[in-house]
Amino acid sequence: MSNENKLPDPSAIKEEILAKYPPKIARKRAKSMVINDPELDQQIQSNVRTIPGIITQRGCTYAGCKGVVLGPTRDIVNLVHGPIGCSFYAWLTRRNQTDPDEQVEGGDNYMNYAFSTDMQDDNIVFGGEKKLAQAIQEAYDIFKPKAIGVFSTCPVGLIGDDVHAVSREMKEKLGDCNVFGFSCEGYKGVSQSAGHHIANNQLFRHVIGLDDTEPKHKYNVNLLGEYNIGGDGFEIDRIFKKCGINIICTFSGNSTMDKFANSHMADLNLVMCHRSINYMAEMQETKFGIPWFKVNFIGAESTAKAMRKIGEYFEDDELKARIEEVIAEEMPSVKEAVAKAKLKSDGKVAMLFVGGSRAHHYQELFGELGMQTVSAGYEFGHRDDYEGRKVLPTIKVDADSRNIEEIKVEKDETRYSPRASEEKLEALKEKGLEISDYRGMAPDMADQSLIVDDITHWETEKLIDFYKPDIFCAGIKEKYVVQKSGIPLKQLHSYDYGGPYAGFEGAKNFYADIEKILSTSIWKKIKAPWLNKETDPCICAEYVA
Amino acid sequence: MLLRHTPKEVSERKALTVNPAKTCQPVGAMYAALGVHGCLPHSHGSQGCCSYHRSALTRHYKDPIMAGTSSFTEGSSVFGGQSNLLQALANMFTIYNPDLVAIHSTCLSETIGDDLAQIVKKATDDGKVPEGKKVIYCNTPSYVGSHVTGFSNMVTGIVKGLVEHTGEAKDQVNIIPGWVEPSDMKEMKGIAARLGANIVMFPDTDGVVDTPQTGEFKMYPDGGAKVEDIATSGDSIKTLACGKWASEGAAKWLDSNCKVPFETLDIPIGLGATDRFVEALANAAKVTIPDSFISERGRLVDVITDMSQYLHGKKVALFGDPDQLIPMTEFLLDLDMIPTAVVSGTPGKAFTQKIKELCAEKAPNVNVANGERADMFLLHQWIKNEPVDLLIGNTYGKYIARDEDIPFIRHGFPIVDRIGHSYFPTVGYNGGIRLLEKMLGAVMDRQDRDAEECKFELVM
Repeated sequence: MSNENKLPDPSAIKEEILAKYPPKIARKRAKSMVINDPELDQQIQSNVRTIPGIITQRGCTYAGCKGVVLGPTRDIVNLVHGPIGCSFYAWLTRRNQTDPDEQVEGGDNYMNYAFSTDMQDDNIVFGGEKKLAQAIQEAYDIFKPKAIGVFSTCPVGLIGDDVHAVSREMKEKLGDCNVFGFSCEGYKGVSQSAGHHIANNQLFRHVIGLDDTEPKHKYNVNLLGEYNIGGDGFEIDRIFKKCGINIICTFSGNSTMDKFANSHMADLNLVMCHRSINYMAEMQETKFGIPWFKVNFIGAESTAKAMRKIGEYFEDDELKARIEEVIAEEMPSVKEAVAKAKLKSDGKVAMLFVGGSRAHHYQELFGELGMQTVSAGYEFGHRDDYEGRKVLPTIKVDADSRNIEEIKVEKDETRYSPRASEEKLEALKEKGLEISDYRGMAPDMADQSLIVDDITHWETEKLIDFYKPDIFCAGIKEKYVVQKSGIPLKQLHSYDYGGPYAGFEGAKNFYADIEKILSTSIWKKIKAPWLNKETDPCICAEYVA
Repeated sequence: MLLRHTPKEVSERKALTVNPAKTCQPVGAMYAALGVHGCLPHSHGSQGCCSYHRSALTRHYKDPIMAGTSSFTEGSSVFGGQSNLLQALANMFTIYNPDLVAIHSTCLSETIGDDLAQIVKKATDDGKVPEGKKVIYCNTPSYVGSHVTGFSNMVTGIVKGLVEHTGEAKDQVNIIPGWVEPSDMKEMKGIAARLGANIVMFPDTDGVVDTPQTGEFKMYPDGGAKVEDIATSGDSIKTLACGKWASEGAAKWLDSNCKVPFETLDIPIGLGATDRFVEALANAAKVTIPDSFISERGRLVDVITDMSQYLHGKKVALFGDPDQLIPMTEFLLDLDMIPTAVVSGTPGKAFTQKIKELCAEKAPNVNVANGERADMFLLHQWIKNEPVDLLIGNTYGKYIARDEDIPFIRHGFPIVDRIGHSYFPTVGYNGGIRLLEKMLGAVMDRQDRDAEECKFELVM
């Protein structure tokens, strides 16, 4: 997507931004702000500690574990062990849609509930394990769930409550309920990212592989890193169904425990959000022999490309033909929609500071609208999300990353079966299918675009002044800050309660929503008319006497 | 059914909270700190807390909520957060140039025992706080009390940190408005102005979380209680603390440290509480209540007399914060409505007692709970056992309202799916009319919706 037109050189504004910082901070921030040259292998500093007091976009490990990864699973009771707040703030705020009636009318759905041990000061002093065990028992007695996940919050780690031991005991006691814990205290790691890793590990340890039932369908895949915000997952499901591809499990939009348990029976893993879930793909590959590749369903062209990749992988002409048919069916209305939106959007400029993959994915959608991303960055990305997986061996593991458990995964003696031979994978790679790879965001961005990791509020303000973007994409904390400066902000975590934006229908929704934003009249009426007159030379001019 | 697993049978729970009717202290502290002009709130703990609190407040107010965080990592949790806080203060003053920083703790920094007083002193001694700038602080352990407690602790932190007691009496009354909306604070200031009472109000988020769109982002909006005004509150004639839970702490501090006597009042929601507020303020400020107040009050009474048939005898379930629920319950009783279930997650025995006292005559069977495990799950079970005509509470009530098909009005914190709370007060006589309008709207919409075609009427 890199544009032939060079963007304005941001070197001066970068220096201006850094000049405000105390020297030590400036040196650190300089490494996290890279003026992109897609031809070069540039190194960016990321996944390092947030500087205290800089006003960051970032959240915590608990948010990544409970909020992002486990939150969208409907039939598990997600019990938060800690004071009330942590459970409260993660209660329905991520808008993961789920369809509990999909399989059985009246299926289990605990998504609308917030469960907490509501720790009090005496639990902090004397320990909260007893209260936790009791809360698990009560949750079981009232709700009879098939699983209970226990999430550790900051004070739990400090006082040393062993959530894993309590979970083990209760699992044994209850008999028919899978109880397991997550050491996802908020202070671990440097962002939400650590929480994703912890969530992946525990799902892999406690759930994946529990059900060896053979899938009934022909082409079986898992979709990893799709959380069904605004119904994205539903739209992707629709496309897959149309093509005759069976999604065994989506991690973790619209997911259930049973789907997780059976997911190791898939032929292929498709990775959407690389940052949150590459661990799961790798572990399933090592243990069960399931290959994975990166896909992107954000953007109609990307969706078509991803579907074709799946066709290539299965090497089945009938499937490939079906995929082409579906693309041909879907595309005309997409083209029509984009042509209409483009009248407003062509040539406009966007900035994206969000998440750990979306800042990359959404550039494709903007590209389809003829809009260029001048500056982008991740809230909790790692170097490989920017620079591609080739840098994995060179990433320095610091103390903060070392605190996150790496689980040792080995080939499952009985169940490991390579779904594709080495030769086949090599052949596919030669065809351009990036098996077990992700090239990162930087190569897809324009020359001289500015990449900023963990952007601060100060940098946001200065860069808005510099680029004067037509649209800024970030989250709820940034929304009104940016809008008060007269720039519309599109939330890309909650989609401003729009969506879906994935797949073909999603792309159409996105085009329409961006068109709506770009043609919203009020932005031109922000200044009171009498203020405009002052700067209007025609009105200010006086007759010469 | 969205809450399909909530059984009608109420079983005793000793450890499990489901769907809390409260949240944790720091979010309240952050909101209170925003009510001081030029203040940058700061959360001392993991950055997730700050992120969640900023998000929660942003969703409710739909306005920028700026705050810093100490961004603890595992190391700071073990070795203490002093160096993070010192660095944060230096960075915030250098980069963001606030007049003052208001620090609140979190369960993390509380558990490791960080001493905010000592760290702030060190920051000052080390020159990390520029000349003329201030740092105030309070302790807000999340495992004690609720968001209301946190609000109260920060209000106390504000007076402790900013009041300069000169001993020279000043002809003014302090009003601590409690955890209310910016619109409510504006209305209380309006009442004082119409009375001709000289007041100092803090915190005051009017003009801070309801800022105008002018095309210019202001990190420190024009509103908020001025530091120099708060400083004089130690010399005031009296403090009116609205809401025992949110405001009494600071009022007591002013009493014991500056000899400013205080009176704890209900937040002026509804007829009775507003009457008491107006009288108390007039008495304290030594002004006569002008006749215009007879008209102002009379309009609220007029609407009640005109429309009471629609509300009379209607059963109501409500949940939220004690300072809000007490005058709201009193108002419902004044309207001859019947509170049947009242729940607040915020602890304090006085709450249950007070609601029972209020309801003793007209609604003796009211179910009341507060504190631990007084949650919306329990409220929902009570509603299943005794259906109601109206539900009042924050946005989370919409799940119960939909499942049980109950008319619902949003009141309290957080309201994330409607607007109005920032702009239209529910306090004072005018606020009473707004509340009535909302209740009547909900109840009459239901009557219209359910009416058979032959009974559907134009004039109601």
